[in-house]
Amino acid sequence: MANDVSSPEEQPRRREKPAIVFGLHREPFGPRPGEEEPVGRQDRAPALESAQLITDKITAFYGSKRAIEDVSIQFQAKAVSALIGPSGCGKTTLLRCLNRIHETDPSARVTGSVLLDGTNIYESDVDPIVVRRRIGMVFQQPNPFPTMTILQNVVSGLRYAGLAKSRSEQLEVAERTLKQAALWNEVKDLLDRPAIALSGGQQQRLCIARALAIDPEVLLMDEPTSALDPISTGVIEELMTALADDYTVIAVTHNMQQAARVSDYTIFMLAGQDRIGHVVEMDKTNNIFTHPKEKRTEDYISGRFG
Amino acid sequence: MASVRGATLLFALVVIGLFVELVRGSWSSLTAFGLKFLVTSQWNPVTNQFGALPLIYGTVVSSGIAILLAGFVGVFAAAYLADFAPRRLAQPLSFAIELLAAVPSVVYGLWGLFILAPIMRAYIDPFLQARFGWLPIFSGTIYGTGLLTAGVLLALMIVPTVTAISRDVILAVGKDQREASLALGATRWETMRRVVLPAARSGIVGACILALGRALGETIATTMVIGNRPAIEASLFAPSYTLSSVIANEFTEATSDLYLSSLVELGLVLFGVSIVVNAVARTLIWSMVRDKKAR
Amino acid sequence: MATEAASLRAKHATPIAERRIRSLLGEIFAGTCAGVAAILLLTIFVYVLREGVGALNLDFVTQLPRPVGITGGGVANGILGSLIIIGIAVIIATPVGVLTGIYLALFGSGTLAESVRFMADVLSGVPSIAIGLFAYTLLVAPFHHFSGLSASFAFAILMLPLIIRTSEEAVRTVPRRTREGGFALGLSKYATTMQVVLPAARPAILTGILLGIARVTGETAPLLFTAFGSQFMELNPTNPMAELALQVFTYAISPYQDWHRQAWAGAALLILAVFVLNVAARFLLKPPSTKRI
Repeated sequence: MANDVSSPEEQPRRREKPAIVFGLHREPFGPRPGEEEPVGRQDRAPALESAQLITDKITAFYGSKRAIEDVSIQFQAKAVSALIGPSGCGKTTLLRCLNRIHETDPSARVTGSVLLDGTNIYESDVDPIVVRRRIGMVFQQPNPFPTMTILQNVVSGLRYAGLAKSRSEQLEVAERTLKQAALWNEVKDLLDRPAIALSGGQQQRLCIARALAIDPEVLLMDEPTSALDPISTGVIEELMTALADDYTVIAVTHNMQQAARVSDYTIFMLAGQDRIGHVVEMDKTNNIFTHPKEKRTEDYISGRFG
Repeated sequence: MASVRGATLLFALVVIGLFVELVRGSWSSLTAFGLKFLVTSQWNPVTNQFGALPLIYGTVVSSGIAILLAGFVGVFAAAYLADFAPRRLAQPLSFAIELLAAVPSVVYGLWGLFILAPIMRAYIDPFLQARFGWLPIFSGTIYGTGLLTAGVLLALMIVPTVTAISRDVILAVGKDQREASLALGATRWETMRRVVLPAARSGIVGACILALGRALGETIATTMVIGNRPAIEASLFAPSYTLSSVIANEFTEATSDLYLSSLVELGLVLFGVSIVVNAVARTLIWSMVRDKKAR
Repeated sequence: MATEAASLRAKHATPIAERRIRSLLGEIFAGTCAGVAAILLLTIFVYVLREGVGALNLDFVTQLPRPVGITGGGVANGILGSLIIIGIAVIIATPVGVLTGIYLALFGSGTLAESVRFMADVLSGVPSIAIGLFAYTLLVAPFHHFSGLSASFAFAILMLPLIIRTSEEAVRTVPRRTREGGFALGLSKYATTMQVVLPAARPAILTGILLGIARVTGETAPLLFTAFGSQFMELNPTNPMAELALQVFTYAISPYQDWHRQAWAGAALLILAVFVLNVAARFLLKPPSTKRI
């Protein structure tokens, strides 16, 4: 299939990369020789008055075992927030609570509330289906539907709602979202081919387009690039920053450098001796990586553990 | 090591022997009638004219009805057991349906003869005739036993097969697919219909084909409710006859060598059909589930 | 862009309430299918027990059949016949089946192994009446004599695929450390298998044999021209013998009320036997220990 490099027209607007110093034991993450010194980020990341998604004392269970406890965070609207932490710290569990996917596991349970624009999505009269239309998700392993074509995959979310019935409507949606996902040029002539024929990186972008097609306000991404090669990873990272112009992006990543490159805000989580995950620190990315407030954060960032 | 290898060779010998003996036993009939055997519709022991067509008709139609009913019910039952049933209910319910498969066919036959056939005769057949009697398949005299009753009984017997294998196949479609669908705002049912079942399609077809094979070879239960008359009629209420029932009923009465040989040839046909059906089914299922349980 | 999508959303969207109802109905329908299947099992159980329990008494189990038309009598010859026929079948099938299963587990990928595995799969789908025909041509026709032995032969063939499959799996799933323990003691591959692995696989193998017995309990078709049946108590397997399932069949298709009653009673016995065997098999096989020492 076509190679993974996207054409210039559809390259998302570049975000300035911060100048970050990791700490005494690492080399400064600065500009490469020959490149210009990038501008700092302080002016780009506004204060958290316009938080779109707020969690309040979220505790999630698998059966009787607590996975995360009393997580209260505010996620900034139209910005990229990264959830980082060592494996097992509960960041993915937290993410899955935000669109009520966690509870689809038979033994799973959530207490606490998640406010989307002021409404608690866990209230008894709120339909999870509506929640998931407004809060979309992209998974770690690209999972396009194997029995559907590329076009059918993209519009699958709309088809559930009874929308996009005609081919023209479907093509319209496909073009818009595949362009947003930086995949249009590679697949525009292949829309009726099976989706599984695409490469891993392309499949993941297809999944992003599929998630965008239902027009969510928030996009959750669970380690979206950990199963991909470096080039695809780069493409998707650029995508993430571009998408934040229109959507609130919340991404789990186990790759600190990725968090530093891509996000405006970073949340660091940790699981204690009791294996229950908590939030340790949350701040603008620049602050977290240059002068973290908690010692545990600093230890993690400078690689002393995790 | 000798005993282990020896046992294996012995087993292989037995299986090959099975085929050889069936061919040997049907030799007179094979040479007398050739391929016409399969298309002649006269099964007449008196005149020594043996044609298998009415038997093939009875076998195919009764099994066809069975797989249509059992396939439909079985797949949805499997979907329920795999995804919709509350966890505490799923296990005992699956076990109950699997036990259905263990009931001996003579018990099914008994139940079919004394319970099902009267019910068909009193309620279901007249209802079908009243509503759809203009269709040739629902015309004619109602006896209670007959092709339709046999089909229904067979359906009951093969439902556990369809359900058990389909359930395994549906569970083998990973969590990934389901979560992707749910995350787009679909309900469980919509996910099952649009994502899970299509993904499980080849395995489900395999399960149905395997179940069909069982129906084709079923002898005792069928012979107790099908009426045992070798004739091809349009009505489903009419008595009929299957390949295996004929062998069961007439083998000990077979007077001539040709008669006996024809019956063995029917056995050979059953053997051949079962091999083909099984091979196709297992290929389809194996391609989906790399799990021993499906075998 | 948001307005474009919003307008898409406005036109022709299926209201969520409607989707919810449709989905609920769908799940209920699926549940009904599962429920119907399970209820039918219950129905068969209930009917058989209800109709049969009346005739189930000590006489039924201990007496011989009375001549045609006279009420009373029992199926003692059938019960003993079944035990003998199935017993001999187990004696024939177990060594052949278990050893073949071991061979397949040890030499899984050779051509003989692959062909045998294919044959076992195929054999499990062959109708039992065809296998009965085989037993007839081999063991009845040449001697012009029906016999319990020929029935045992047919039953053994019916049991073999099950026993082979479960034995192979039983040997395969013995943990590697157990096998390596044998090698560490200096035993050959063969000796290790027989003296170390086999005892460890025993419960699983026994389960396979139990399932094999359950498979042939109630099997009737091959008996029609192998054991043939008998009115009398016959313990010599080289003669025609009575068998419980065969008696149930014969009684059921007869025109006599009393025999119908006895058929139900016999069916009740068969169903109970099969049920007990299946439950025993399921609970005998303990799940492999996952604890790491």
